[in-house]
Amino acid sequence: MMTTQILVIAAFVILFSTGLVLIRAFAGPTVFDRILAVNLIGTKTVIFLTLLGTIGGRSGYLDIALLYALLNYIGTIAILKLVQYRRLN
Amino acid sequence: MDSLQVFEVLTAIDVLLLLLVVIVAAAVVSVPSLFSATMLAGIYSLLMALLWVSMAAMDVAFTEAAVGAGISTVLLLGTIAITGRNEKKHPDLHWPGLLAVTLTGAALIYGTVDMPSYGDPRGFHKDTRSGYANKVNLYTAPEYIAQTVPKVGEEIHTENQFHEHVPNLVTAVLASYRSFDTMFEAAVIFTAGAVMILLLRRREEGDSPSEEAMP
Repeated sequence: MMTTQILVIAAFVILFSTGLVLIRAFAGPTVFDRILAVNLIGTKTVIFLTLLGTIGGRSGYLDIALLYALLNYIGTIAILKLVQYRRLN
Repeated sequence: MDSLQVFEVLTAIDVLLLLLVVIVAAAVVSVPSLFSATMLAGIYSLLMALLWVSMAAMDVAFTEAAVGAGISTVLLLGTIAITGRNEKKHPDLHWPGLLAVTLTGAALIYGTVDMPSYGDPRGFHKDTRSGYANKVNLYTAPEYIAQTVPKVGEEIHTENQFHEHVPNLVTAVLASYRSFDTMFEAAVIFTAGAVMILLLRRREEGDSPSEEAMP
């Protein structure tokens, strides 16, 4: 009973901090701030998925969250590589 | 918490997510730096993926995260690396374009009026005057669920509209309910693939004089 309420509060806190990260993504000022913002929001997506799955009682969300973590990692690596070397190969 | 409270909490989360999505979409259009716009488009895709997950559409969420946040961000960044980092000065407001977009959006919103409300198990029964009833969750969905493959030793549903030729829920929906959708999706993908092969093929000797001009 109590646990679900804590999880709900945690979900809203995560959403709020997503808004804070969005401010950083809008403001910049450097490229790396924006890449970090995308990466952070990806991480928040993973946490949010696990919270949503636990609140709604769907354990299948955990697998999705794991795959999102992998995608987020690979995507960030690709973006950073592209920014540094200006090409992908 | 009972299930009604959980439903309310999930609705509040949906509303907050939609708000964030709208803010990010406005920012994508308005920022002058193309790199920032690309990054914000990635964020937009991640937030949309969260919304799809909250609607229990896992496959769509996967596609959104992999294609929207993954591949298209990288493709757009590759384009920026070749072309330029800043947006060209765009002309003033294009009134016919705005009118067309507004009309299309209004037509789409008008179309949602006939749909059952989200998650309503009873479906929808509104316009009794014209005799039109869209009871998709009452009538259509159980018909397709009845097409599922029977378990071992179970009776086959003989009353289905495919006469046991398609004993599978997904195939029944794709082959009957969405057949034209699926067919033209396949046509679109085939055309896109053929065009890409034509554009990006390796040219033979003497086929194209301006080989070096290709980027």
